[in-house]
Amino acid sequence: MSRLSARDWRNLVLVAMALGVTACLPWTAGAYMLSIGVTIAMYTVLATSWSLFSGPTHYISLATAAFFGVGTYVTGIGIQYLPYWTLLPIAGIIGAVMAALVGLATLRLSGVYFVIFTLGLAEFVRQIITWGQNISGTKGIYVLTSIGETHIYWQLLGLAALVWLLGWLIGRSRLGFALRIIGDDEAVARHSGIDTARAKILLFMVPGAVAAITGAILAPRYVYIEPSLAFSPMLSFQVVIMALLGGTGRLWGPLVGVIPFTFLWEAISVSFPNQTTLLLGVCFLVIVYLLPKGFVGLIDAAKKRMGAEGYA
Amino acid sequence: MDVIITGLLLGGTYALIAMGLNLQYGMARIMNLANGEMLVAGGFVAFWLWTGSQISPLLTAFIVAPIAFLMNWLIYMVFLRPLVKRARSRGQLEVDSILTTFGLSFVAVGLMLALFGGDYFSYSYLSTPLNILGDTYGANRVAAFLAAVVICGLLWLWLSRSRTGMTIRAISVAPDSARLVGIDVRRTAALAFALGGAVTATGGTLISTFLTLDASTGVIFTLKALVIVIMGGVGDVRGTIVAALLLGLLETFVARLIDPGLTLAAAYLLFVVILLFRPQGLFGRPTT
Repeated sequence: MSRLSARDWRNLVLVAMALGVTACLPWTAGAYMLSIGVTIAMYTVLATSWSLFSGPTHYISLATAAFFGVGTYVTGIGIQYLPYWTLLPIAGIIGAVMAALVGLATLRLSGVYFVIFTLGLAEFVRQIITWGQNISGTKGIYVLTSIGETHIYWQLLGLAALVWLLGWLIGRSRLGFALRIIGDDEAVARHSGIDTARAKILLFMVPGAVAAITGAILAPRYVYIEPSLAFSPMLSFQVVIMALLGGTGRLWGPLVGVIPFTFLWEAISVSFPNQTTLLLGVCFLVIVYLLPKGFVGLIDAAKKRMGAEGYA
Repeated sequence: MDVIITGLLLGGTYALIAMGLNLQYGMARIMNLANGEMLVAGGFVAFWLWTGSQISPLLTAFIVAPIAFLMNWLIYMVFLRPLVKRARSRGQLEVDSILTTFGLSFVAVGLMLALFGGDYFSYSYLSTPLNILGDTYGANRVAAFLAAVVICGLLWLWLSRSRTGMTIRAISVAPDSARLVGIDVRRTAALAFALGGAVTATGGTLISTFLTLDASTGVIFTLKALVIVIMGGVGDVRGTIVAALLLGLLETFVARLIDPGLTLAAAYLLFVVILLFRPQGLFGRPTT
């Protein structure tokens, strides 16, 4: 690892200050804005960790809902026996182990297998849990805690800071370098001695753990957990859309997608509650055909144009 | 015994659906995640014509197939052709086509929800008992199975004997070399894609005679079809049929002996085993 340049220090301080300002939201905003804040923080965490893996490897993971659901169940079941603070690391470990298993089965092969596998993963776990509940005769789980919206918001902000830090560290490490080569050309990466499967599996554990922790943090917000709610497949798709809308090439890219999309989605759910699926599909198509590199791509292109004019 | 026969009957219909997907993914090289929606649409038309004007689903299949062919051809031309053109590598095309067909599948689900509502739909057609080897089965299942066998057989004959079938197999095996011997790869791929859609929609018409569908079940069928295609080997017609029958058997076993809610979990288990031990498919040769 190289030493930090002045620019790195400046960026770190700026990010820390921005986080400090956003952490004040609960004191300045009303209940509605705070709930939007929680939603934005949640999707920022999910989309950023998603693009840590899917950005460099170009593998589209649709497993977010599966990890998230497992996380909510860790809190839902664990809260009766363990103190709350132990649950988040437990959820993270379970998420990471699950991700490693999925990775072991699919990431050694071509990317399509991975996409298909993750597509059905949430449904698979949901069926298993529903079955387990049928056998044991329980229905849903009540999560009754004193944790309110404000605490959830702060926890999510903390997690977001952790994810950014981790992403930044990975970017500077040998693993990050290996992943950029894999993303450019996997054959080249293999020939230069990189264990591509190992690198991909290691990296996939990050979004797995993060999504599970996010689920564990948000469980108290739902109060009542049941499989169809915890494993809602919509979550995976929304995360993919937000991350791609922002752009996966930069750490801050997903954030640029999450904020406008959250407001857009809020408006859509209010005005066209029956057409959400249709409009989600349209969003996918818009991204593929009009914004293949996301907002980050647009910004970079604009910068380049400005730079070119400046020199001319 | 009745579990085995029920499983085989189900597997036969699955074979038809998976064959459609195999034409699209194995031959036209488009991973079509909107495949299940085409199936549900086929089922909708059958439901609509049967409850509206008592037209037999077996006849409906003849109406559904050409319409689905045309629709899929248009989808390929409008949405996928530009992606094929702009893709620099196979991986790039895969990512783009996955996202696009995802979008299309959501649009299709949304349209069907708007048109038909979110209810389950089923109708009773040929629900008379039929006696095979001492046990009784619904005549609709047997009819669907026989129709699927006939269509699969015709398709297989056409692919292996006719000239057009040969060009389709050629672009599946070696798309680059196919151009050298004068095959219009783009046109043939569009043809294979459209044909695959038609086959899947026909499968949907048949399956709607004995299964309850709703606007958002498509993705489950897409998944099952994908598992079958991968298990049978991408682009391998014979493997697809065997794999479909295996999946039908396994699902029926699990539903009967453990829990009917675990059918997808069973398909998944099979998928994991295949990925771990034979990722090249049942009859595939290992590649480097």
